[in-house]
Amino acid sequence: MTKKILTEHINVPGIDTFDVYRQQGGYTAVEKALKTMTPDEIVEEVKKAGVRGRGGAGFPMGMKWSYLAKPEGVPRYLVCNADESEPGTFKDHYLMKHIPHLLIEGMIVSSFALGANKSFIYVRGELMYVIRILEKAIAEAKAKGFLGKNILGSGYDLELVVQPGGGAYICGEETALLESLEGKRGNPRNKPPFPAVKGLYQCPTVVNNVESIATTSWIINNGGDAYAAIGVGRSTGTKLISASGHMRKPGVYEIELGLPVEDFIYADEWCGGIRPGHKFKALVAGGSSVPILPANLALTLANGEKRLMSYESLSDGGFATGTMLGSGGFILFDETSCIVRNTWNFSRFYHHESCGQCSPCREGTGWMEKVLHRIEHGHGHQHDIDLLVDVSKKIEGNTICPLGDAAAWPVASAIRHFRDEFQWHIDHPTEATQPGAVYRGEMALV
Amino acid sequence: MTTESTIQFTPERLAEAKEIIARYPEGRQKSALLPLLHLMQEQEGWTSTEGMDYIARMLDIQPIEVYEVATFYTMYHVQPVGKHVIEYCRTGPCCLMGGDDVLAHLKQRLSIETGQTTVDGQFTLKEVECLAACGMGPVFQVREQYYTHLTNDRVDEIIDELSKQA
Ligand SMILES: Cc1cc2nc3c(=O)[nH]c(=O)nc-3n(C[C@H](O)[C@H](O)[C@H](O)COP(=O)(O)O)c2cc1C
Ligand code: SF4
Ligand code: FES
Repeated sequence: MTKKILTEHINVPGIDTFDVYRQQGGYTAVEKALKTMTPDEIVEEVKKAGVRGRGGAGFPMGMKWSYLAKPEGVPRYLVCNADESEPGTFKDHYLMKHIPHLLIEGMIVSSFALGANKSFIYVRGELMYVIRILEKAIAEAKAKGFLGKNILGSGYDLELVVQPGGGAYICGEETALLESLEGKRGNPRNKPPFPAVKGLYQCPTVVNNVESIATTSWIINNGGDAYAAIGVGRSTGTKLISASGHMRKPGVYEIELGLPVEDFIYADEWCGGIRPGHKFKALVAGGSSVPILPANLALTLANGEKRLMSYESLSDGGFATGTMLGSGGFILFDETSCIVRNTWNFSRFYHHESCGQCSPCREGTGWMEKVLHRIEHGHGHQHDIDLLVDVSKKIEGNTICPLGDAAAWPVASAIRHFRDEFQWHIDHPTEATQPGAVYRGEMALV
Repeated sequence: MTTESTIQFTPERLAEAKEIIARYPEGRQKSALLPLLHLMQEQEGWTSTEGMDYIARMLDIQPIEVYEVATFYTMYHVQPVGKHVIEYCRTGPCCLMGGDDVLAHLKQRLSIETGQTTVDGQFTLKEVECLAACGMGPVFQVREQYYTHLTNDRVDEIIDELSKQA
């Protein structure tokens, strides 16, 4: 069994209640932090832990915390990003629903470390039932003296506010999230200034993902060095992976970073293999935004070594043969899957979710969707594949926020690795548009 | 110009609205906009102009500030909808689990296309993007309830259950 930091107690009956969570050792990190540590000491432990942001970008959390501006007399804010809308990702939903106090406890110690007295958890509005679970947990923690005024007699005050979103993927981008939290449309801001200097209400703000914040209790209790001892190299600790698609056992799994991709897919402890009678065709390892890989490259690096579930190993080979860990949305495709159809589906998503502020993103995502739609529906033109590559290049790197890149990469990578499949759709429109038709040409299935 | 409003929160919701507004720092009451729109939609079933104008007055902001927000976010129904709004996930991972076929069955069962409401006013069908439940797909949502692992038979059962609700 691998080490579990976040999900060790997740199946204990009643763990969503304060009392059971407390019996399992919950809230000891709040006691330790508030009674025996200074905020700077906590930041130091989080730095030592080397934990990297779990929302997708992988930025070291302790370093982000140390950049927070601290002007005199200006409030500072911690905002938890629970917008979870990246296709293929459902781990924060799982964690908050089953063990809400883990996030609340993490919010308390993190807010204390940052000197925030009012902190927010921004949850995608579709998860209203989870918002109610969190609000109940907050009320319980408050009744027990772990929130509110003068927590545990330490003199530290904290209010937690749970804020619903309104249904918009872009609000997962941290500056769009802050706009939304201020009651506006979710248009990302130009950076700089970064939220660490001017964030919520123009005050210094830290935005972190649910899973990132949830690690802090364990780090306080066990020390940053103990956390850093788990995992591999600069990919320290554990990671929640959301597994969906054609594996035998989809679900959320907590893994130690550094686990071979092959073990994660085939071992019974995790996905349990490809669904019976089928073969492994392709993998999106880190949510819809990261490059798709064919099965062979997903399992092995270009030099023949096993690919690991870590930031470094997944990105080994750059975009030519690698991908990214991203948010850990692990989507597995077997041989019945049509890559063209899925690429069109993803591009429709990005077009729908583009906030429309920058023309390369607004126009480019629409254009890519249109071209992919016509290829998928049997009306592709010979030059369409090159056109898609060209449009994706014009979006990449030319937008205010990374949604543009996120829209470009899935298209560019699908063409890079599955170009013949696109060509087949263009050359054989009648065959390709039969119900359930899938390209069966030369490719490495595993 | 704001319209004279006939819509207002029930006393319980008004109390809840006041509590929500009080959560934010002094002068930042506009932060309550998204939560209040949800509260209004929960009460009225959709987000009407009257409802939005009422919220604008409550938050002391311009009506346009409410309209531009309500139309940006997909969860607010700015047109009248049926009694049950089915929000069906159309995104890749759910499609891998047969989402397209189940959606086709659902449309057939309700005799409507996406975006339409059944003639009896019972159901509106909307397609939405990933609902963060991809490992349990296909998925749809009706108000706060998630329905997962959908099959044609399961869809029929759910529609039967919802139809019976008073
Ligand atoms: C389009 C877009 C969507 C994003 N969605 C999310 C999200 O749903 N949840 C999340 O935590 N981070 C999301 N991010 C990343 C955030 O901008 C930010 O990096 C993150 O919340 C920081 O927290 P972390 O360092 O703990 O990961 C998104 C970024 C982009 C560009
Ligand atoms: S890249 Fe797209 S989503 Fe991001 S700010 Fe520009 S238009 Fe909006
Ligand atoms: S793709 Fe349907 S819930 Fe994520």
